[in-house]
Amino acid sequence: MTAPTDQRSCERCLARSWLLGRLAGHLDVVRGRIDAVLGFADGELVAAVAGAQRREIERELAAVDPVAARQRARAAGIETICRCDRGYPAPLRDLRNPPAVLHVAGGLDRFLTLVAADPVAIVGARKASPYGLDVARALGRGLAGAGVAVISGMALGADSAAHSGALDAGQATVAVLPGAADRPYPARRRSLYARIVATGAAVSELPPGASARRWMFPARNRIIAGLAAMTVVVEAGRRSGALLTAAHAQAAGREVGAVPGRVTAPQAAGTNELLARGAQVVRGPQDVLDRLFGAGVRAATREPRSELSGELRALLSAIADGADTAAAMARAGVPAERGLAALASLELGGHVTRGAGGRFRIVP
Amino acid sequence: MLARIATFAIDGIDPRPVWVEVDIRAGLPTFTIVGLADAAVRESRERIRSAILNSGFEFPQKRITANLAPASLPKVGPGFDAALAVGVLAASGQVPVDALADYAVFGELSLGGELRDSPGALAVAEGAQRAGLRRLIVPRERAREAALVAGLEVAGVPSLPAAAAVVRLGRVPPLPAEAAHRTADRRAPDLADVRGQAAPLVALQIAAAGAHNLLLEGPPGTGKTMLARRLPSILPEMTRAEAIAVTRIHSVAGLHADGLITARPFRAPHHTISPAGLVGGGVPPRPGEASLAHHGVLFLDELSEFQRSSLDALRQPLEDGRVTIVRGQRALIFPTGFMLVAATNPCPCGFAGVGDRCECAEADLRRHRRRLSGPLLDRMDLLVNVERPSEHELRSPPGIDSARARARVAEARERQRARHRGAERRCNGELDPRQVRRYVRMRPEAEMVLARAYATGTLSARGRHRIVRVARTIADLEHHDQIESSDVLTALSLRQRGASEVAAAA
Repeated sequence: MTAPTDQRSCERCLARSWLLGRLAGHLDVVRGRIDAVLGFADGELVAAVAGAQRREIERELAAVDPVAARQRARAAGIETICRCDRGYPAPLRDLRNPPAVLHVAGGLDRFLTLVAADPVAIVGARKASPYGLDVARALGRGLAGAGVAVISGMALGADSAAHSGALDAGQATVAVLPGAADRPYPARRRSLYARIVATGAAVSELPPGASARRWMFPARNRIIAGLAAMTVVVEAGRRSGALLTAAHAQAAGREVGAVPGRVTAPQAAGTNELLARGAQVVRGPQDVLDRLFGAGVRAATREPRSELSGELRALLSAIADGADTAAAMARAGVPAERGLAALASLELGGHVTRGAGGRFRIVP
Repeated sequence: MLARIATFAIDGIDPRPVWVEVDIRAGLPTFTIVGLADAAVRESRERIRSAILNSGFEFPQKRITANLAPASLPKVGPGFDAALAVGVLAASGQVPVDALADYAVFGELSLGGELRDSPGALAVAEGAQRAGLRRLIVPRERAREAALVAGLEVAGVPSLPAAAAVVRLGRVPPLPAEAAHRTADRRAPDLADVRGQAAPLVALQIAAAGAHNLLLEGPPGTGKTMLARRLPSILPEMTRAEAIAVTRIHSVAGLHADGLITARPFRAPHHTISPAGLVGGGVPPRPGEASLAHHGVLFLDELSEFQRSSLDALRQPLEDGRVTIVRGQRALIFPTGFMLVAATNPCPCGFAGVGDRCECAEADLRRHRRRLSGPLLDRMDLLVNVERPSEHELRSPPGIDSARARARVAEARERQRARHRGAERRCNGELDPRQVRRYVRMRPEAEMVLARAYATGTLSARGRHRIVRVARTIADLEHHDQIESSDVLTALSLRQRGASEVAAAA
């Protein structure tokens, strides 16, 4: 059978991807590292995990219809590319077990272009601290603004912050999802998903319709690490999945960076550990750019900001020093009636933002 | 002989005329009360017999039938005792029957014949005036309250014999003097007690000036409750009509003793309150906290701790300024024209934004937000963060005192009244989008600021509407005819931040 040119996934790979979806429940009970299991050939995999359903699944696997699989993908707005295609992202081949098929929502060509030019993964804890979220956002914005594609996992916390940072800079970003590419996961990030897919792409190893399961998270993390030229961990506890991403990146011979955190903060235990073991220190987008392209080759651009009057500048520096709202107004010598308006105009100008408890923070 | 005397049943907070008819015939001594009377009314037979005997009158050993008309209206409570007793006295010839035509009688009797303090005298007095009666006999404690109604001679009497004497002699005793403890009025909370809190003070004045509902957010112990308690002190003084409306509700609820309530009510129900307790209900239906806060302030501390059902029940009262309670075939209406002030911690642990004390994860913050959000939050125009005052602020002089703030507020309200002439609702906080388009004018610079905030996604469409209303109030406080950009900016800094925005910022 000769495949038409627009079909960039072969029958065997499509069957493999179907199998992963079929075995989703079985794989969830696998102990040990999932990427080792994912390296099994189809027959071994079925034999290893299917248990009593082995015969039945083998029969179904033999009968998988690639035409129908392609149709299902197309109906879900998904394009596919398999590891047999020449255009398959080369960096992924450094992984021990690269995904058979990438399912892409938002446009395959766009995705391939984005990941072709040294993208950076920004990952971190779901339960990130406000500091971690700020840094993730700033990194996303700074790197995207410097023309580097940002990859992350769209998880709550740091991942989402990194994506929104990139989107804030008006740039496309790539989300690698644990479940199917047509299903926003977590569902609560629906609107972020829509924004990501509108200009960038969402990618998954699994066929459309598959819902996220536990084993898919570490499996997804290896794809993030594989796609990125450098993986930056923003904040991670001692057992965070972000550390796994870093380990995959290291195994694939990629750069790993980490953002230093307070030594007493549990959310920073993992990242500080990475730094102690020699990860690149990342204080901001410039550190990443220097590491990737050589010191001083590419500069993180500061977004143009409106000029500030003396009063606003005084307020801004008071907030930068960590003063409370009222204290900041007092230090800048602005009465409350005017001070509230001044703070709002700083906020509109993108200089400050309001965090938890309505407290004003400097936008890094 | 047949005697007929007027009294009033209190239906919700409204008086309904009830005619007490007492007929005494020869026959076996019985005392029957008919006319949809509840247990408390039927029990009154025993009280009336003892009261009459203990007051030195004679209780007729005949067949006594008392009817409470109209029979269709349920009669509740002990307030009919005095009227029934006077009726018995008249029907047995101990009080002239003819003289009763001018009188309404209201009150509960003790076995000794004293007229006990009974709630709702002001409502009864209004009913008597509306029914065209000239004189009203009430318990002595309630006389000053009932006398607030013009065109009615109010006799406050301590006992049944005194009531009988009033009817017999046609002489109304003078009103009792004002109770001593009221003259030594405790000083109301004043804004001058507040140190620091610059932004919340501004927000309080805006809230008062435009009747905007206000949400105070801040860590425990920073002064949210203290600030809310001072809001009534900067609201304009109540008009006499408003004061009477407030007194009537509090009187019916049995919360008020003497004379006219002049201070705006401040109600702070505990967060375990039931929906019925909040908006009114029960059998018989009683006004809830929302009605007790009519023309005043309803303060919900720890907003996120309130039951969802209680907060949902507040929707209609907030929207319409009154609540309708349906019991059986009747619908009762309680007024609920209150300002809502709520306070909440910024996060479950309460310390979000205070250095590193907060230990809540994003998921916790979201859950907290979700508990808060909903229709009630939609009605909150203003959100202000209350921070811990610094040591320096605690030692510095107060920002503003209540008298000065009240003058500013009154002036701003006057400007609104002039502008909204002809509209039913008078304050900016009550304007709907159509009225905003009609009455509110903005300078081009202000439009630009607003457009920018909208374009950056800082505001939702609904949020934009709220900002305009608040900005209009700020302009009124600042004597601006059109909204200026600084007014919009101040309004923006006091805006509600939606759940998505908080999540994005967190």
